[in-house]
Parts: sequence; C-alpha cells; structure tokens
Amino acid sequence: MGELRFNENLCLNCTTFDCLKKCKFVKLNGAKGNLEMLKIARGEDSTVLRTCITCYACEEYCEKGNHPFYLISEKREEKGIDIVPRPILKQWINLGEPVGRYKVGELREKTLSFGFVPEFLQWVKGKLFEDVMPSYVFGQEFFCNVAYLHFGRTSVIKQRLPIVMDNFSKLGIKEVICLHDECYGAFTSLAPAFGIEVPFKPIHYYEYILKRLEQLKDKIRPLNIKVAYQRPCSSRLSPPMHYLAREIFTSIGVELVDRVYQDENALCCGEVVRLQGLYDLAEELQRENIEDIVKSGAEYCVFNCPYCYAALGHKLIKKGVKPIHIIELCRMALGEEV
Amino acid sequence: MKESIKSALIEIAGEEYVSTFEEELYFYGRDPGLSFPSNPHYVVLPENTEEIQQIVRLANKEGIPIVPLGAGLSLTGLAIPRRGGIVIDMKRMDRILEVNEKARFVIVEGGTSQGKLQAYLEKHYPRLRHSIPDAPPTATIAANVVIHGQGRLSQQYGFNSDLVAGMEVVLPSGEICKVGSCAVSPYWFSKGPPLPDISGLFLGWFGTTGIITKLAIKLYPRKKMRDLEIFVTDNENLISDIIYEVTHTEMVEDITIFAQPWPLFFKDNSHICIYFTGDTEEELEFKRRVIWKALEKFIESKEGGFMWVQPSMKPTFLDMPQRSVARFADVKRGGGFEYSGPILLVEKYPECMRKLRELSTKYNLAYSAMARIIDTAHCMMFAFAFAFNRADEDMVERARRAMAEVSKFIIEVGGVFWKPTVEEQKLTIEHIDSGTLKLLKMIKNHLDPNNIMNPSNWELR
Amino acid sequence: MRYEEVIHRCFRCGYCKFTRNYYDFNCPSYLKYKFDTFSPGGRMWLIRAWLKGEIKNSPRLQEIFFSCATCANCVECCPFQFSEDLVEIFIAAKEEMVNSGIVPPQVRDYLKNIYTYGNPYKAPADERDRWAEDLPIETYEGHEYLFYVGCVGSYDERGRKIAKAVANLLIKAGLSMGIMRNQEICDGNEVRALGDLELFRHLAQRNIRLFKERGVKKIVTLDPHAFNAFKNHYKELGGNFQVHHYSQILAPLVNSGVFPLGRLEARVAFHDSCYLGRHNGEYQSPRAILRAIPGVELVELERNSENALCCGGGGGNFFTDILGGGENHPSRIRIKEALESGVSILAVTCPQCAKMLEDAAKAIGVDEELEILDVAEVVERAIGP
Repeated sequence: MGELRFNENLCLNCTTFDCLKKCKFVKLNGAKGNLEMLKIARGEDSTVLRTCITCYACEEYCEKGNHPFYLISEKREEKGIDIVPRPILKQWINLGEPVGRYKVGELREKTLSFGFVPEFLQWVKGKLFEDVMPSYVFGQEFFCNVAYLHFGRTSVIKQRLPIVMDNFSKLGIKEVICLHDECYGAFTSLAPAFGIEVPFKPIHYYEYILKRLEQLKDKIRPLNIKVAYQRPCSSRLSPPMHYLAREIFTSIGVELVDRVYQDENALCCGEVVRLQGLYDLAEELQRENIEDIVKSGAEYCVFNCPYCYAALGHKLIKKGVKPIHIIELCRMALGEEV
Repeated sequence: MKESIKSALIEIAGEEYVSTFEEELYFYGRDPGLSFPSNPHYVVLPENTEEIQQIVRLANKEGIPIVPLGAGLSLTGLAIPRRGGIVIDMKRMDRILEVNEKARFVIVEGGTSQGKLQAYLEKHYPRLRHSIPDAPPTATIAANVVIHGQGRLSQQYGFNSDLVAGMEVVLPSGEICKVGSCAVSPYWFSKGPPLPDISGLFLGWFGTTGIITKLAIKLYPRKKMRDLEIFVTDNENLISDIIYEVTHTEMVEDITIFAQPWPLFFKDNSHICIYFTGDTEEELEFKRRVIWKALEKFIESKEGGFMWVQPSMKPTFLDMPQRSVARFADVKRGGGFEYSGPILLVEKYPECMRKLRELSTKYNLAYSAMARIIDTAHCMMFAFAFAFNRADEDMVERARRAMAEVSKFIIEVGGVFWKPTVEEQKLTIEHIDSGTLKLLKMIKNHLDPNNIMNPSNWELR
Repeated sequence: MRYEEVIHRCFRCGYCKFTRNYYDFNCPSYLKYKFDTFSPGGRMWLIRAWLKGEIKNSPRLQEIFFSCATCANCVECCPFQFSEDLVEIFIAAKEEMVNSGIVPPQVRDYLKNIYTYGNPYKAPADERDRWAEDLPIETYEGHEYLFYVGCVGSYDERGRKIAKAVANLLIKAGLSMGIMRNQEICDGNEVRALGDLELFRHLAQRNIRLFKERGVKKIVTLDPHAFNAFKNHYKELGGNFQVHHYSQILAPLVNSGVFPLGRLEARVAFHDSCYLGRHNGEYQSPRAILRAIPGVELVELERNSENALCCGGGGGNFFTDILGGGENHPSRIRIKEALESGVSILAVTCPQCAKMLEDAAKAIGVDEELEILDVAEVVERAIGP
C-alpha cells in the first residue's frame, strides 16, 4: 500500500482554512489552523495530533480533497501518539482480525457487503433487496478496516484493506453494494488517497435503495412521519451520498425535520470519544445531540450507521423518540414488518 | 444393596421416592466435572425434616454413608458418594417458608433452588434480592452456603455463607439443632451474634457434620436499575490497584474479572466487570460517573480503558445467573469444564494468570480465567477453568493433570482452596495449622463418630 | 444413533428443567418423578451410558425415555448451541429402542394399533366421521381447505365434541372446506415422537399420496400435533402443503365480526399446547380469539407462552400413559395453577390437552369450579344457542 497522496502546496495556497476552522473540537481559527496543518504535513508536532477526536469532518470541509484527516491519522501513528488506551486498541485490532468465520450467500457479480456488521444479517431482507439477495458477504474478511482511523492506526488499514479487496476479487465480484459508509469511503476515498487500486465497482447503498424504491414505487405506502437524521462520521468520506438520504425520505413520504446538527454540521454520536477515555466530552456530545433530536419534534430518528444506532438508540427511546435504521424505514414503507 | 435397607427407606420416604435402579445409581454417581465416578447404593428423595432424621438414624444404625445433595453442581465431586451408601437428593424440600420484608430475611427449606427463590422474590418482593451465584439456577441455596459460595452481592457483603441468618440442621445422630437467633427467638435474623456462633460447625463442612433442612438468608435492597461498565487492561500488574480504586468508591454492587483468549476480541486483556445499581437514572448515572472518575488515571496513562458494551451485549452480562458461564463447557464441543477457584489476595492476579496460561499451553487446553471480588477486595475467588471434551479421554486426562498442578500452585501462592476436591482437601489438611487440625478432628469425631456423613470429604482421622 | 456426536456435550447444568424465568421446574417428567434421571440432562447422560454399554436397556430406562413428553421446554431453556436438537435427540434414542424391539408394552401396543387400524383406538375407519353425523359438513372435493381431524378428534369422546365445535364455526364462517371421512388416517406425529420413524414415513407417505390425489393444497388441523407433523415433518417426504391450525384461521374470522358474539362474563386462562406454542411459535392466535369475546377477561397463568407447562400428554403419553397419574402429574399441577389464578375456564386448543386436563380436574375434584373448554367451545358459548 502506497504513501498518502497529500499535497502540501494545496495547504500553502489555501485561503479558506476550513479543515480546522470548521472543526467543532480542535477550534483553531483562520491561519492558525492552516499553520498547524502545515506543521503536521512537515512531520512536526502539533496540538491537533492530541486534540482531534476523529470525527472525520475535516475530510468533508477541505474542498480541495487534500485528506487532512488521513494525514492526521498517519502522523499520529508515526509519532507514537496513542489516542485510545492500549488495551482498547488491542481489543479493536483483534476484533477485525480475519478468522475464517465469514459468511457468504449465493454470490453473483453484484453483491451486498455487510462488512462486519451483524445487524445487516437481520435487516437486509424483503422486497428492497430481492433482486440482489442472497448475494452477500459478511465477516472480518470483508471488513474495510477504516474504523482504525478512529484509533490512529492507518498501518492496520494499509495492511488489511488490500487483502479485503483481494477477497472480493477472488469471489469474482464485480460490483459491491456497500451497506456502510465506511466501506464505501474505503473504496472511493481512502484507497485512492493511498494509491490502492479497487478491483470492483463500489456502489453506495443509498444509490441502490433509491433505484429500488423507484422500481417498487407502486408498493410504497407513504409513511407520513417526521424524522430526524443522524449523520455518521464515515459519511464525511462521501458527502454526495449523504444528500441522497433526503431523496429516499421524499420517495417514502417521510418528512425530514430541521435540526441544528444536520448535514455539514452533524455531530458525532460520541461513542468513539468515550473509547478514547473522554467521558465528559462523550456525555456532552450525546446529551446535545439527543436534546437537538428531541427538540426537532421528530417521531423517529433515522440512522445510517449501525454503531450510531447502538450508541444513541436506547437513549433516544427513553426520551420518546423511536430509533430506526434507514433500511428498516424503507421496508416499513413497503409494508414489511420490521 | 440390601433389601432390608431399601425397604426401610421406602417405609420412610415412600416407594416412588426411593431408587436402587441402575439408572439412578449411575447418574447420582457422577458430576459434570473431572472427578471419577462412584455409584451410591440408594437414592432417596425425602419430603421433610422428619424423614431426613429417620434416614440419618437408619444410616447410623446400619453404618452406611449418606451424602446430601443439592443440584450436584460443585464440579469438584463433593456430592459423589465415594463410599456408596445413600444419596439424599434434597430437591423435594423446596418450600419458601417465610419472608420478613422489613427485617430482610427469608427462610427456605434445604432443597430450595436459587432460581425458585429468585423468581419468588421478583414476583412477591420486588424490592428484595438475595446474593445470586452464577451457578445454574438449579443450585440450591443450602448447598451453596455449605461450600461458602459467592454471588452477586459478595463484593458488598461477603461470602454467601456470611449472609446466613439461621439454620435448622439434622445432626449425624438424627437430632435436630437450631443455629442462630432462631434457637431462642421466633425470628431468624442472625446465624450467631449475640450468641456463641456455631454456624461454623456446618458451613464449609460439605455435609460432613450435618444436613441443613431449613435455612434463613439475608436479603438486600433490589434497586430498579442495574448496569455495568467493563474496564479493560492488558497490564495484569495493575489489577489490584484498579480494584482498590473501584472498591474505594463504595458505589459498586459486584465486580468480576474475566480473561480468555477466544474470541479474539477478548484476547490479551483482562476485563473488569463493574456492576452498579440505582433506583433512578440520576442515581445510576451518578455512580457511573464516579466509577469513571475513579479510574481516570489509568485511562490517562493509556494502561486501561472502558470498553464499549453495546446494548446488544448487555443482557449477557446482566443476566442473573449468567448463562454464558455454563456455555464455557461447550467451548470444545464436549460438555465439560472444571475450575479450581481458590480464595486469595487480589494482588495475586498476575501470578494466577501466568500460571493459567502456562498450564493451558503445557496441556493444550482451552482456558478461561474468572474472578470475583469478595467483601470490598479483602480477597477474591480466582477460577482456573479448563474446558474439556468429555468424549476425548486424553483431553480429560490432560485437564486432570493441569488441575493437579493448579492445586500445588494455589498452596504456593498463599491461596485457600474453595470447594476443594478430595485431593485438595488432603493438601489443605497437610498444610493446616496443627492446633486447627486438632480442633477440627475433635468437632468431626464428636459430631459424627461413625463417620457416616459424606465420608472421604474432610477426612480428618 | 442419530445425534450420537452431540450426546456427550450436555453439561447437566439443569437450566432445561426450569422455566426461562426460573419460576419453577417445568419438565413434565421431572416434575412427576423428581429424580434427575427423568430430566433432559438425565436422559442425555443415560443415553450416552447406554450407547457406551455402561447401562442396559431396562424397563426403568424405557420409562425414563418414553416418559418424555416432547414438550420442548428443554429446547427453550437449554443454554447450549445444540438445544434445538434436544427433542430430536430423545426421539432418536427411542428410535434406537424401537429398532431393537425392546420397548414398553404400551408403546408396542400403540404402534401395533396404528399399523393395523390406522388409529390407536382399534376402531374401524368407517367410524372416523361419526362426530360429524349431524353436521352439514362436506366430504373433501376440491375445497379450499382440507379439515384434518386426526385420531383424537375422530374417536375420543371429548375430542369429538371439540371437532364438532371447530367444524361448526368454520361452517358458520362459510369456509370452503371438507373432510376425508373414512379415508383419513393417523398423521403420525406421536408415532414419530415414540421413535418409530419407519411407521411414521409409511403414514406420512400414505397421507401425502392421498392429499395429492385429492388435490389438497391447504390443510386446517384440529390438533396441534397433526399441525406439527404436516408443517415440519412432511416436507422432507414431499408433502408441501399450506398448513394451519384451526385457531390461525379462526382468529381473523372472530376479529372481523363474522360471528354474532354475545357477552360471556368469565375469567379465562389459556393453556398453551406445546405443539402449537413452543414447537411452532404460535402463541397469539388463540389469545386473539379469546380477547375478541366481549366479557371475557383473559388472564395469564404463571407459566405461559414459551414457559407454559405441558399437560403431560405429549410424546405419545396421552395414549401410553407412561407418565401416569398421581399428585405430581403435570396436568394436576396445571389445574392447581389455573385455580390459583382464579379462573373459571381453562381454555385449550388441543383435544389431547383438553382430555388430560379435564381428567386431572376430575381427579382433584374441581371439575365443577374449573371448566376445561376448547377455544372453539368458548366461542360457541359466546355465540349462544
């Protein structure tokens, strides 16, 4: 796996300094942020390497596509700056280790990738997926490993991601429908940034769902409900896909309510922050996020990322908001029991 | 088997509750652990104290052994009738006799299961609970205290035997003896104080000094909510410091530790499960925060951290008893595990872990370490557990050899065996203070002169 | 033996004996005998001992194996991965005994009668539809549904009343259905549960052939036992039918107001049949029917749904009576539980449960204060004369 394609000149010529200016956590205004980013690029120490909470947002803020977050992650590891306690890091690295316990359905050239998210084994069924199921893959062998950005370990990604892609290739898969933003981000953002070739066509599941909903429009029963939407960090790796959520909501008769932490201003679910040991910050993030959702008046909170769902879902229930994954929401609109 | 004894037993308990069939003798001659089998001659299921008195008198007259049995779950062969005789299965005596809600105690019969009491309290006294062990729910309360079991409240209040509040015991002579406040009062609130505490004549003796037919145990507040956080570290040397800090908070219900190499997610780390309770969200969250803050220094040094216990994982950990403990038996798809669970200082954790890994490698066995903190960390139970495949004789033998090495190690490290096998009991006797041994012998010889009570256990002669 | 590779994996932890919430022991044979040998764990260890030659086939071992009511409480409660197979393991052990030719006389007679007469009552086939003599029920001839009545509904006095009640309601609702009359034979569920898999295959193949010849696509059964056999065990022999228990057909009909239901002031508890509930996950339809009746106060027994206590009739015990009677028989325990809940009607959806529980109520002497009624009979009562 290659070097990160980071162009220092783009930062030198930057006039917006958005990457860290817009950051909710590092909070470096104007040229100060730019300076820190340049220090990081040149291999110097920077406070950012210690204060970044890995929300991925700067990947979206940088309009030049210069991958500030990947750079931060690379340099953290290079400098031996641990952002999570060592045992937690070990736990997560062990978690993603391929152990030969993967599952594959009846594979065709186009397949669904569940990554390593067991919830998809239950959620992905019904009319929405019937033209591709049971062609699916699941397990560590198909886990994109991008999550290790949260742990400041790009080396793990660089070591494992090519093997994962090879695993897809060996099965003759030509098109991969990614059910998690992180996988899609791995193949469309991270792999190119590190100069890795992707031997298949990645498809974001929002694209797939939209197409299916169009095909199934006669069967859609508009839900007529108000929902809030929790945008996950990994969606920052593929911003255009994020905006398809609105189209999905429109097609199933769902009203997306306005909330403060929407779109580019989305707020982290807090769970990774907790893993980093930042208890107070994690609590604050979750409290603010949940209050914002409750205030929005939504009946449901729709999740894209199963981990945001796990982090916030049970807390939202206590506040009277029903958590639901977007796949379940679409299936509900198709009259299926979820 | 003597027909005359069988007839006498039938006379006492009724024909349908006495068996000399090969099938019952086979089953009651075994337990799920590694002990060698030894069949009884008779199995009897008495219904009340009077029947037990008669059985004990009969056994004394005939000079045959009797072995009282709860659910037979010690795993260390404590209820295997090594010298044959009569197994008294206590499980028909499972009535819950009285709950004193305000004084927080319950009186049960000697065969009452943990599960039944748990369900009864949940339904009728939702603000009360007892210290539920992680043994399967068939485990009886009496057998659990007789082996000094531990449970969900042991971190706060001590061994389950410390929570006994009174007993009715059938002595080896067949006489009945009451132990504790119930000896002089209608109320079963204390096992000893302010009287001379004679509960020690029975607790820890594995039925070699008497059979508990009634038992009172203390109950404690049951809060509406219960949650856990799991603190993870790969530095075993820090375990006792971490436990010291957590117990200092006085906010914690139960603390258990587990370490195992599989699944990989658990590899290389020790997992300290910290349970806490509350009647309100605020109380629960306050305690959570206090616990987090207590361990902040370990997080800052990156030596440890709280893992993410996803909501889907929580039922497994919050389950009482924890069913996943039994599942360890099937790790090798072979229906067996045994553990030696000495009681020792928390600071011995790293040495125990090293020994466990060493033996696992040496004997090629799947291992699991499980520890429970007792009584504000005065000590802990550390389980050296090995899974084995019952159908693989070589593996069973390897597990036996590993356990034998564990036994030696426990003595070296200053531990005291918990529910020891007969061999471990012998080791204890070898190492015990001579004055103590003399006193134990006096007690045993005086109480059970014919040595009919669960013989071969605490063999002091 | 089938499942031989699993037998040694039982840890005899005893979870299998309890309800899932530990309310009490819930294994019918363990409740009756109280020896651990009669619990699922006991059976597992004894099967292994028997296969290893450590113990012999004896009348006691047969009693232990054949007193299993196949109620599947153990399947529900065992914490191990092989829990799903427990009932099948016990059937496989019985199969070994059947194949060796040494089984209890009651089992031998039951199987012989089925083989000879096509029913356990040694009754002629022409008497099969006697229960329907005064009913305007049609012989199956391309109807939407075949109403499969089964042996108990056809021959047993109590069963016949229930068959009549169910048929009455289905006729009133205008369901297109017919019966096979004297062509109907045993569904084989209990034959299979008693371990005679060869006879079961013979019965199943005969039924499948008959159903196919007559163009049957959908079956509604009176008995949950038949429902289980058709739904779960006929497929592998080529019998792919849409199978329903009658309560599943009746529930939407009752709720859609097809029947003119009057008020029935009664406190009613529902006793789950093992073959409808635990074996097939149907807990709601019977309850939905009872809830729809004005005046009925549906109360749950302590042991209900997944935790329900078996009547003791399953696994062929209804016919062989190996589990026998006595104070500790599960049916009597169940009746006492119903009395404690203060109900006047204990509703069932299985003719075997009805008979077992009615006999127990009589034995205890409480049949005046506690009626055992099939759910269909409760509906009939609400409709009135």
